[in-house]
Amino acid sequence: MSNARKLFDEELKVINVGLKIFYEDLKRQGVRAVQVNYQPPPKLEKELKDKLSELL
Amino acid sequence: MSLKEQIEEANKKAVERMMEAEPYLVDTKLAKDAIPGFREDMLLHAGPPITWERASGPMKGAIIGALIYEGKASNEEEAIKLVERGEVILKPNHEVGSVGPMAGIVSANMPVYIIEDKKFGIRAFGNYNEGIGKVLRYGAYDKEVLSRLKWMRDELYPTMKAALDEARKDKGGINFKAIIQQALHMGDECHNRYVAATSKFMNEIAPYLVKADVPKDAFNRVWDFMKNNNFFTLNIGMASAKAMTLAAHNIKYSTIVTVLTRNGTDAGIWVSGLGNRWFTAPSPVPKGVFFPGFTQDDANPDLGDSSITETAGFGGFAMAAAPAVVSWVGGSVEFAVENTKNMYNITYAKHKYFTIPYLSFQGTPTGVDIRLVLKTGITPTINTGIAHKKAGVGQVGAGIVKFPFELFKDAFKAYVETYGA
Repeated sequence: MSNARKLFDEELKVINVGLKIFYEDLKRQGVRAVQVNYQPPPKLEKELKDKLSELL
Repeated sequence: MSLKEQIEEANKKAVERMMEAEPYLVDTKLAKDAIPGFREDMLLHAGPPITWERASGPMKGAIIGALIYEGKASNEEEAIKLVERGEVILKPNHEVGSVGPMAGIVSANMPVYIIEDKKFGIRAFGNYNEGIGKVLRYGAYDKEVLSRLKWMRDELYPTMKAALDEARKDKGGINFKAIIQQALHMGDECHNRYVAATSKFMNEIAPYLVKADVPKDAFNRVWDFMKNNNFFTLNIGMASAKAMTLAAHNIKYSTIVTVLTRNGTDAGIWVSGLGNRWFTAPSPVPKGVFFPGFTQDDANPDLGDSSITETAGFGGFAMAAAPAVVSWVGGSVEFAVENTKNMYNITYAKHKYFTIPYLSFQGTPTGVDIRLVLKTGITPTINTGIAHKKAGVGQVGAGIVKFPFELFKDAFKAYVETYGA
């Protein structure tokens, strides 16, 4: 709990994973942030997913 | 050998052939004389197959304009009746080795460029570029549009023909792969930015225009037309890309994409190992920058064969080479770099000859592999012109668009069925 509270007293440094808009908003507010591009893998039917694993 | 190993071998061969092709601009003729199997009652169009009933506004506008240009109809009503009576055959450019930007309409008496691949002997074709704004390929067909097309046939075409005859005699034609290669180092990505490529081309063609002894007035008009149209060489670049991707096409077992295209209603792809079988899905609407007076609501779903440039490893895939293109298609310089980097996730190789100075001369992402699209969910992202959704208006902007995921999923399903994986 005390560690969590400490977070609010320190300078915020953010690693943003995924949606870039959050990163851009933080940058606009002068927060130190880095962006990690990520999108979840697409959902595929099991049979297709297995075939893909076999052929890739 | 396992199927996985056969795919690896086939993809290596396909992408190697795509990179090694040597497209030269060797000649120009009227479509009916250049393209094998062309018929007087035929209109070629961009994208996968389309019927009149399902065609979008700009595609319909371009069909109407081409029929008036050919003298088959004297007005819009007559043209529509002609198509509705089934007297016009609509055929995709790609099915005859041709390409055209936006609506991509090619009629019998329109001039086309002839590209010859000196390495593999393949021929490809592309129509002439009219400029931007109110032009046939964006669905406009008023008097100004039609008189420009007639001038292109009556003066620009014979002038280009005379110069290309000289260029062919002198050095076998104009090496357009070399022009793309250099333009990528001069701020073009060679889809929506052809400023350097057009300038290089003008340098190349100038001595042959002089040698051909073209009348001074015609020379001046043709020179001004080229100088004032930064997209003059887009269609030559596209036909070159078509020759490159044809070299990679029909390789058994290959999962490399050899056509990415749109007709304003559907987007469509071909996969090398699956031949000329179309996989289609609804074409997305591009997001972009609009000309004054127009907004996103005016935009038609994407159209054109011009994404053959990305299929061959340049255009939007090489945006990191062309920071200035974002002033035309929107986005930021960071986006341009990011897009190129992102496309490495779904491509087989880095191009041997097309390189990007800003990325330490790294090769451009080349050869979209349907397996990698399925694995990552990342789809080819390209830059594009935007047509007004109503026939007759023309170009209203330029922007960015992503190909639908379903295309690649359907193609992979078909691949599994075909090769019995």
